Amino acid sequence: MTYEETLTELAKNDERIVVMTAENRALIRNMPKILGERFIDTGITEQTMVGAAAGLALRGRIPVVHALASFLTMRAFEFIRTDVGISHLPVKLCGYIPGFLSDANGPTHQAIEDVSILRGIPGMEVYAPADEQDLVTMLPAMIESPSPAYIRINHRKGEYQHKAYIPGKAEVISSGNDITLLTYGLLFENSLKAKALLEKEGYSVGLVNLRSLKPIDEELILNIANETDLIVTIEDHFLTGGLYSILAELFLKNKITCNVFPMALRERWFKPALLNDVLAFEEYTPEKIAEHTIREFENTLVTLK
Amino acid sequence: MDKNKIEGLQFLATKVREHIITMSADGGCFIGASLSCADLIVYLYSEFLNITPNNLTDSERDYLFLSKGHDVPALYGTLAELGFIEKKRLSNHLSTTDSIYWHPNRAVPGVEYHSGSLGHLPSVGIGVAMDCKMKKQTNRIVVIVGDGEMNEGTFWEALLVANAYKLDNLIILVDRNHFQANIRTEDLIPLESLEKKFEAFNCSVNRINGHDFEEIDAAFKGLKQGTGKVNVIVADTLRGKGLPSIEARADRWFCNFTREETNALIRELHGEMKAKIESETLTVR
Repeated sequence: MTYEETLTELAKNDERIVVMTAENRALIRNMPKILGERFIDTGITEQTMVGAAAGLALRGRIPVVHALASFLTMRAFEFIRTDVGISHLPVKLCGYIPGFLSDANGPTHQAIEDVSILRGIPGMEVYAPADEQDLVTMLPAMIESPSPAYIRINHRKGEYQHKAYIPGKAEVISSGNDITLLTYGLLFENSLKAKALLEKEGYSVGLVNLRSLKPIDEELILNIANETDLIVTIEDHFLTGGLYSILAELFLKNKITCNVFPMALRERWFKPALLNDVLAFEEYTPEKIAEHTIREFENTLVTLK
Repeated sequence: MDKNKIEGLQFLATKVREHIITMSADGGCFIGASLSCADLIVYLYSEFLNITPNNLTDSERDYLFLSKGHDVPALYGTLAELGFIEKKRLSNHLSTTDSIYWHPNRAVPGVEYHSGSLGHLPSVGIGVAMDCKMKKQTNRIVVIVGDGEMNEGTFWEALLVANAYKLDNLIILVDRNHFQANIRTEDLIPLESLEKKFEAFNCSVNRINGHDFEEIDAAFKGLKQGTGKVNVIVADTLRGKGLPSIEARADRWFCNFTREETNALIRELHGEMKAKIESETLTVR
């Protein structure tokens, strides 16, 4: 099922759900005629939409709101924090084209600090499904949670058959003693291919699709830190505040450390181009992920010796 | 509106003003903006809104949102006088033992939503108004906004959306006290003509004297549902109303008086001699 079909089914069976958009209907085009008044398009007004979502939630609704991730999380940030966050209302914020998915739009549209700023709001959940199947697998639980949530919407078709979603738990694809790739969102696909390349080179490789960045699957990550020589974090996000920072916070809290190699954007926006060209230019192809990982692993082993 | 009723409202408004003055010492409060809309809040709770201490979770109640936020002492004074909260709680103002502080806190019974950041509650009010319409309920949603608050773009953005959804159950009440924080609106970011601006946004507009209970009553009783238009009532008010020594003064925005001064101001409220104010009150919060 597609995102739209899944959300439509959920909304049909739950009167509390209202679907809102700031005139970004790409993934929800057929919903107005099905949901009638429960489909609310506020026009290009991310702030007013989020404020109105808070009002609807006050009345017992579960607003599922849609806008481009950069405008939703940044232009409307204070409305999210103040009107949704302070009251801990179950507003579900769906950001379109997060991270590299904004491909050729340019830096205005690059939501690559969204995880960082949204997870800073008390009680806010942050999700990043790997592909459309992962998204629809996670959707019922994300909507059913009584907390506010930000969802990095990713509706690309994937080939991997994802397992059932357990709230707050990551999806472990494999475990490995040498290297574990930790990733979220669209980079899951290339990480999965990189894992195959690394295994071909003889490495024991783990791969985790994190799914939920807040809450993060703390127990799993601590175990991995104990069992693997090198963790590679692979994210289409600034280095600051994303997965690498989450790990740093987690390890410091638990007074442990381990070898972590981050693949993230460092102090700059990414090169705007079509997605595959972005992935190539920014060195997130399976080959480049494998190459960087091997280089780092060999350096790590030298250090260990 | 008969004479007795008006006298009753004036009596209650005076009580509320006493509370506001009392809250303007020991840490202080935004006294000017509270005094300017005290009559409006007293009227709304006494004569217009279906909000009582016993129906605060009833989905058919009316809603009052204080978007400007600084006026919350006027609301707390009203809530205390009408039995929503105990009067003695007001003496906990700014204390960590209670939850009554400079901006609205919805943990206090009768406070519909928190505010403090300007230009937010028109949109929250829109969400509530949309849901009431969807459920075919006839609740009225009043959002009190300050005139300085209308500098915020989200105020006008919200009007566009409210008009698009024909939210005639939404009433925007402008406390037009003619001041931003410390500067007259017309000297900084001119707002006039407000009626023309609201009419251009397709609102149904009425402009009244916000201290005249007959005019306030006529404006609210004259509201109609089913018009498809957002209602706007622009209430011209006086910042610091009731205390000639601070009325319409740019430097009497946030005030933290001494107890001697608040005692003198309460006497001034009752028509005795003007209080002598020596406290530095132009405090930036």
